[in-house]
Amino acid sequence: MALLELRDVAARYGPVRALDGVSLAVDQGQIVAVLGANGAGKTTTLRSISGTVRRSGQLLFDGKPLGRRGPEAIARLGVAHVPEGRGTFAELSVEENLRLGAYVRRGGSIDGDVARVSEYFPWIGSRLGQHAGTLSGGEQQMLALARALMSHPRMLLLDEPSLGLAPLVTREIFRIVSELNEKEGLTVLVVEQNAAIALEVASYAYVLEVGKVAVSGPSAELARNETVRKSYLGY
Amino acid sequence: MAEFFQQVVAGLATGSIFAALALALVLIHRATGVINFAQGEMAMFTTYIAWTLIENHGVNEWLAFGLTLVIAFGLGLGLQRVVIRPIERAPLLTTVIVTIGLVLIFNGLASLIWSAEVRAFPSPFPNDTWEIGGVAISQQDVGTFLTVLVLVALLWAFFQFTKVGLALRASALNPDASRLVGVRVGWMLAIGWGLAAMLGAAAGMLTAPTVFLDPNMMQAVLIYAFAAAVLGGIDSPFGAVAGGLMLGVGLNLIGTYIDFVGAGLRLPVALLIILVVLLVKPSGLFGKPITRRV
Repeated sequence: MALLELRDVAARYGPVRALDGVSLAVDQGQIVAVLGANGAGKTTTLRSISGTVRRSGQLLFDGKPLGRRGPEAIARLGVAHVPEGRGTFAELSVEENLRLGAYVRRGGSIDGDVARVSEYFPWIGSRLGQHAGTLSGGEQQMLALARALMSHPRMLLLDEPSLGLAPLVTREIFRIVSELNEKEGLTVLVVEQNAAIALEVASYAYVLEVGKVAVSGPSAELARNETVRKSYLGY
Repeated sequence: MAEFFQQVVAGLATGSIFAALALALVLIHRATGVINFAQGEMAMFTTYIAWTLIENHGVNEWLAFGLTLVIAFGLGLGLQRVVIRPIERAPLLTTVIVTIGLVLIFNGLASLIWSAEVRAFPSPFPNDTWEIGGVAISQQDVGTFLTVLVLVALLWAFFQFTKVGLALRASALNPDASRLVGVRVGWMLAIGWGLAAMLGAAAGMLTAPTVFLDPNMMQAVLIYAFAAAVLGGIDSPFGAVAGGLMLGVGLNLIGTYIDFVGAGLRLPVALLIILVVLLVKPSGLFGKPITRRV
């Protein structure tokens, strides 16, 4: 059974229909990518999962329906959403951001977890006192990832991690995401404009077009298929 | 010179009361953008509860002080859940009008329950002075100042070093991101109201021994607290405390050394400060300039 399953999910912002019956599934331990142009509904897909937009249809996480739960409750189920724009607390220190990541977790050592995430992001350990707002864009994205890891999530929702970042930094972030997936078996659903890099790390991908799934399949197949590449992925 | 020091100490005492109530206003404004006009009347109401505990139930003054803080916390929390939460999504003006409604309700309730009669309120501090180098320092003043200082320090430590304190700060800074990490933002707002009511209760109980207890006793204090909060920066907790102390000392010195200001003109001076700060530096002395992203 899939860890996360969406069946015919629709969502709207006022009169604007953003999702028009999206169905997708993510298995335990898998990295799945959601691709598509601007306005295709990628971000809304993630928001419908984390409960930050009103939606209809069926959403199941580990067999539990998400439809009636709000974002706080969904976070408590183990879904960590790193939103577009990262959602770090600029006025708080790096350490406070990490502590907030561990907010829903009971027991366990926060310091131990800070040490654990520092293995993936070595610079964090020496800059715990720094305000998050003074970090570079890449560092903020890494902090957002590190904060999500602090909660020991069962699933990571990652929204456009490459947004506004230099290609090298983007590459580094995706490298860390696949390392987390291999070492810790972390399940990831990642939304990305940069289809090439997302298809490299994901094993399966969905391409959205105006609120619907246009194509889906194993990443390797989508990347090989020239028609798909040209008409949907733009490379 | 002796008179100057006496006035400064007395100013610090009244200023610390302004500071406590100003801090209560700032806590709620930071989290929700709402000015709680009922903060003063809530403080008055809880002071009556302390009075009842002491006079009718024979509770020791310090115990009554502590109990009242706990009751005030519950009152603030309950008010947010029952009255403010249902209008969370309403325009700001609606919430402001509701808090003005609460002013009338608390004032009326207090008159109804305890009558509008002016009553003496026992002070936990001795009505004595210390003589230090020719300066007479009132123990009541020192006690008031230290009590507020301890409360503010405890509150600061709570915000800085506890998990709930961190969640409270995060909710005020970025409610959406807080929800995504699992913080129950709605409850954090309620806790904020509880803490504000607690500070208000302390301000009320420290005011009552000198101005006596009656249903209107906090109205002037609330205006001074507004002036203090605006002076320090309506979103700056540090500014609220600094503003309160500066206002307390400043008003006392002006009253002493500038003849025509006297006691009667103190309130207009406070209002003038609000006006001038809002015109010249709306973010206050310690606040960050307000920027809105559109």
